[in-house]
Amino acid sequence: MSDPSPVEFSWGPTLDRESVPDRYREIQQALRGRTAPEVRLDLRAVNRMDSSGAALCHLLHQQVLRQKGTLRLVGDSDAAREALSLFRVASKEPVPPRAPAGFFQSIGDSVVRAVTALVDLLVLLTDTLHFTGKGLVSRRERIKAGAVLEQMVRIGLESVGIVALVSLLVGLTVALQSAYQLRQFGANIYLADLIGIAITREMGPLITAILIAGRSGSSIAAEISTMVITEEVDALRVMGLNPSRFLLVPRFLGISLTQPLLTVVADSLGIFGGFVIATTYLDISARAFVDQLVSALMVKDLMTGLVKSVAFAWIIVFVGAQRGFRVTGGAEGVGKATTSSVVISLFGVIAADAFFSLLFYFGD
Amino acid sequence: MADADPIVVIDRLTAGYGDRAILKDLSIGIRQARVTAVVGPSGCGKSTLFKCIVGLLRPWSGSVRVAGQDLAALDEDRLPRALARVGLLFQQGALLNSVPVRENVALPLREHTGLPEPVIQEIVALKLEAVGLSHAIDLLPAELSGGMRKRAALARAMALDPDLLLCDEPSAGLDPPTAADLDALILRLKETFRMTVVVVTHELPSIEMIADDVVFLGRGGVLHYAGPVAEARRCPIPEVMDFFARRPGTREEGTCSLLDLMRQECES
Repeated sequence: MSDPSPVEFSWGPTLDRESVPDRYREIQQALRGRTAPEVRLDLRAVNRMDSSGAALCHLLHQQVLRQKGTLRLVGDSDAAREALSLFRVASKEPVPPRAPAGFFQSIGDSVVRAVTALVDLLVLLTDTLHFTGKGLVSRRERIKAGAVLEQMVRIGLESVGIVALVSLLVGLTVALQSAYQLRQFGANIYLADLIGIAITREMGPLITAILIAGRSGSSIAAEISTMVITEEVDALRVMGLNPSRFLLVPRFLGISLTQPLLTVVADSLGIFGGFVIATTYLDISARAFVDQLVSALMVKDLMTGLVKSVAFAWIIVFVGAQRGFRVTGGAEGVGKATTSSVVISLFGVIAADAFFSLLFYFGD
Repeated sequence: MADADPIVVIDRLTAGYGDRAILKDLSIGIRQARVTAVVGPSGCGKSTLFKCIVGLLRPWSGSVRVAGQDLAALDEDRLPRALARVGLLFQQGALLNSVPVRENVALPLREHTGLPEPVIQEIVALKLEAVGLSHAIDLLPAELSGGMRKRAALARAMALDPDLLLCDEPSAGLDPPTAADLDALILRLKETFRMTVVVVTHELPSIEMIADDVVFLGRGGVLHYAGPVAEARRCPIPEVMDFFARRPGTREEGTCSLLDLMRQECES
């Protein structure tokens, strides 16, 4: 049974961050297990009270109310009065925070977000194609060659080194792994076929897309989302400029023109990696390798890779832009937009690659 | 349109973000060739009002018409022409950070006029000189102080000599002489180009110097007063009286001091 005797707290001479921890423990011990406690608080001896002292008094008030008791301030000093007068608290119950979404609501929200994102992508695609077409024929809304060139340098030229290096390493690795198997069957010469087709149809476009998604797709999302946060995109709209035309068209053209060129670089370096393994490890002559490669590779293989590269470029640029334009919040939102643009682009690129593989397989 | 006619007509406007209404059932008219100050406590919807006027935010209900046109309802072909008649100075400037000040100010001129490039460059120089930034013409926004960025943004907002210039706290963060220079510039723009200027400000001296009319928004986006400044001083609404008398404002409803709470003297 609960103790019905009143609880008296008489604090002083200081009620500050030094003494509050002890007073807090004192409250917890005195009120533990009590129902409807009658609490008297005496602050007459307090000659110094800081914010933590005022917070302690408020906590005591709340705890007494929670335990359905009563609190009476039996006396206070000037210092206590001044500190308690300084701070204000809600006298009514605050609006409760929104309840977390339930299972089905979460699923519904995810579906709505996915559909919204798809609609956004379609709008961005049509806007960009519309303004690109208009920019090519209309003198007044012509595409600024300087802006496109700048994007070509940033997306294309500055990526040549990393694309070349990674493609060379992948070419060397794939060739080395294959060479061991081929040698067992005396089929060394077919390394040229394997490397040529695998690199031009699959590895070249895919390696390039993965590197560009990480390097340029993230940059597109970060730039656009920062511009949204700092109201630069709103400023463009107020000036009567369509943000898709101003921000997206140069990036779209830049990546569409450079991605196939980067893919050619990736193809060349990947095949060169295979050539190095073939001539050093499998003792195939350079002439034999080239002859075999030329006879194995068809124009269609090269074109398949190049068509894929343009599709991958579009996925990267539109996903980056969509994540950028849809950003919410501040710096954290920019980080999220950037991360999600890379993840979604990579998924999109790999899904598109699978789709193309099926298409070309059954198309043959 | 006569001078006394409103260039902006806001009729029963309710607008907000997500499911939170910021402006509620607001009806005001901004009169042409006058300076209107929009005042009110933080979060009352002053910047939201500007976004509704320029069509960046669609009203939930009601309408906003600028020179007879609802900007939020215009199509892509007609909107740029209508927006060319409106200039907006954003609270943080919103300059394009990747290009220098010169290009920021030149951008609307290039997009909306067929002026030769030398003329555009001359206008840019004149506008920047007017806001005291001729020395910073080739600097990037990141190289400017907060006050300089705001002045550069003002130069951009007035690049096309718009009929309607909206300024969101133009003199916040500026030293008093520079703020007074900007006030004088706003007055000159009104008198020379018969420009309608709407200014969000918290500074009483600035309101007294430039404003013909004042719109006073209260907490929760409700309208307390809209009309001439001289009559606002006689407005009996406590928030408006406190503002003009520079008295401490009324505390937020539903709060009481800790002392009153402990003494059980809070109103329920």
